[in-house]
Amino acid sequence: MLYNAYSSNPAMKPPPFKYIAAESVEHALEQMAEYGDAAKLLAGGQSLIPAMNFRVLQPSVLIDLNPIGDLEYIRRSDDGALVVGAMTRQRDLERSSHVERITPLLFEAMPHIAHPQIRTRGTLGGSLAHADPAAELPVIAITSGAAMKATGPSGDRWIEAKDFFQGMFSTALEPEEILVEVTFPARKPHTGWSFEETSRRRGDYGMMGVAVEVELDEGGSVKEARLVYMNAGDGPIEAEKAAALLRGQRPTQEVFAAAAAEAADNEIDPMGSVHASIDFQRHLARVLTARVLAKAYARAQSS
Amino acid sequence: METHAISLTVNGQTYNGDVEPRMLLSDYLRHELGLTGTRVGCEHGVCGACTVLFDGQPVRSCLMLAIQTDGHELSTVEGLASSTDDLHPLQEAFWDAHGLQCGFCTPGFLMTLVPFLAENPQPTEREIREAISGNLCRCTGYQNIVEAVRLAAERMRE
Ligand SMILES: Cc1cc2nc3c(=O)[nH]c(=O)nc-3n(C[C@H](O)[C@H](O)[C@H](O)COP(=O)(O)OP(=O)(O)OC[C@H]3O[C@@H](n4cnc5c(N)ncnc54)[C@H](O)[C@@H]3O)c2cc1C
Ligand code: FES
Ligand code: FES
Repeated sequence: MLYNAYSSNPAMKPPPFKYIAAESVEHALEQMAEYGDAAKLLAGGQSLIPAMNFRVLQPSVLIDLNPIGDLEYIRRSDDGALVVGAMTRQRDLERSSHVERITPLLFEAMPHIAHPQIRTRGTLGGSLAHADPAAELPVIAITSGAAMKATGPSGDRWIEAKDFFQGMFSTALEPEEILVEVTFPARKPHTGWSFEETSRRRGDYGMMGVAVEVELDEGGSVKEARLVYMNAGDGPIEAEKAAALLRGQRPTQEVFAAAAAEAADNEIDPMGSVHASIDFQRHLARVLTARVLAKAYARAQSS
Repeated sequence: METHAISLTVNGQTYNGDVEPRMLLSDYLRHELGLTGTRVGCEHGVCGACTVLFDGQPVRSCLMLAIQTDGHELSTVEGLASSTDDLHPLQEAFWDAHGLQCGFCTPGFLMTLVPFLAENPQPTEREIREAISGNLCRCTGYQNIVEAVRLAAERMRE
């Protein structure tokens, strides 16, 4: 029984578009080749549909990747890496024991991404392809040295996370390519990790956030360090000078504070917002960096 | 105007319809199926008023297209109780603890909390607050909502 009082004038937010339910990756590629720039891929829709509801984006063709079941998987490879299909839901990553064991940094960051009702739809690939500078997943991908597999008309290619993100909402993906898989390498021994962010409310985009991985040498000094910031510039920002200050050092509060100051004062380039001034964002970066370094160091010692 | 035939189940009942691809699920439920319990607040994913269950999982119905529900199962607030004498324990607890004032946000809270309590029957206050972080309420100040969830959890464990 239908209630049709409104259907003569139904509420419609996005402008009209042609809808194509992709049957396979090959089918999606064919459709992309046919419609070119007019087409957009639809993953979880948690960034794309709001933009369409606002009519900020008006694609004339939507190619829905959701019907392709085989892009949703979380596996451990033979060499111990985490291998994730691009359409894997954020909610499934959050609950995966593979993720918890192989990439605890990713596991730690997952609950900060939006709200449960958004993570049930939002995908790993969608967040990475969207490349929001305030998003957690690009930061985690760079920190953990992930690699993205793109497939296009001329076959597959792998892109390192550090080369994948190319500024505000842009990536190394070609318009006719689909991101299909992401691998996160197995963690090395004597390596510690930590992610922290400050948001006004759990699930809101963070005002500042930082992920870190620290590897210690036999003697307990820092062998390798990587610090990556979110909402700190026009993309994920890697603080290389701060990492250089840590390398070769025995970890102390002073060393952590110096690295935190270098990153917060000189390397990040936050933009400020109504919720957080640039000064406050730098302050958060300083505090959070000292915190994640201490935590990562303690974890590296006990791993 | 391009339309597509869809067939979906809502609260156990099958519906067949023709939809334009741009029809949002929230609008389909409200305006085509007349299931107006699902509310529409912000229409960009922030307020949670439109939360429904899609194959058992809570989702924003304003961020899905009706066409994407073809062949799937939905639950909306209308499915929680057959009458006012037969309320779901969560609804009962919202009533008893004054977990609502105007009630606009309530269906979204309920559809968020039903799967939450099924997975976590004994939540801490912090877990409850995190579970509802994606739902806005302009009236209650949340205090009584948290209390209602605690009360419902306690009663449902008995
Ligand atoms: C209220 C709210 C709060 C949020 N808070 C946060 C937050 O705190 N942190 C955060 O990181 N995110 C947040 N998000 C965004 C959310 O995480 C999205 O899920 C994510 O940004 C996009 O993923 P998606 O799967 O929904 O992609 P979609 O929205 O479907 O797609 C996003 C873009 O990526 C493209 N795309 C998608 N998949 C592919 C692919 N496989 N290959 C190539 N291109 C592709 C699409 O064409 C589109 O341009 C929030 C969203 C909402 C609505
Ligand atoms: S109406 Fe869907 S989240 Fe606000
Ligand atoms: S009771 Fe009025 S918005 Fe929540």
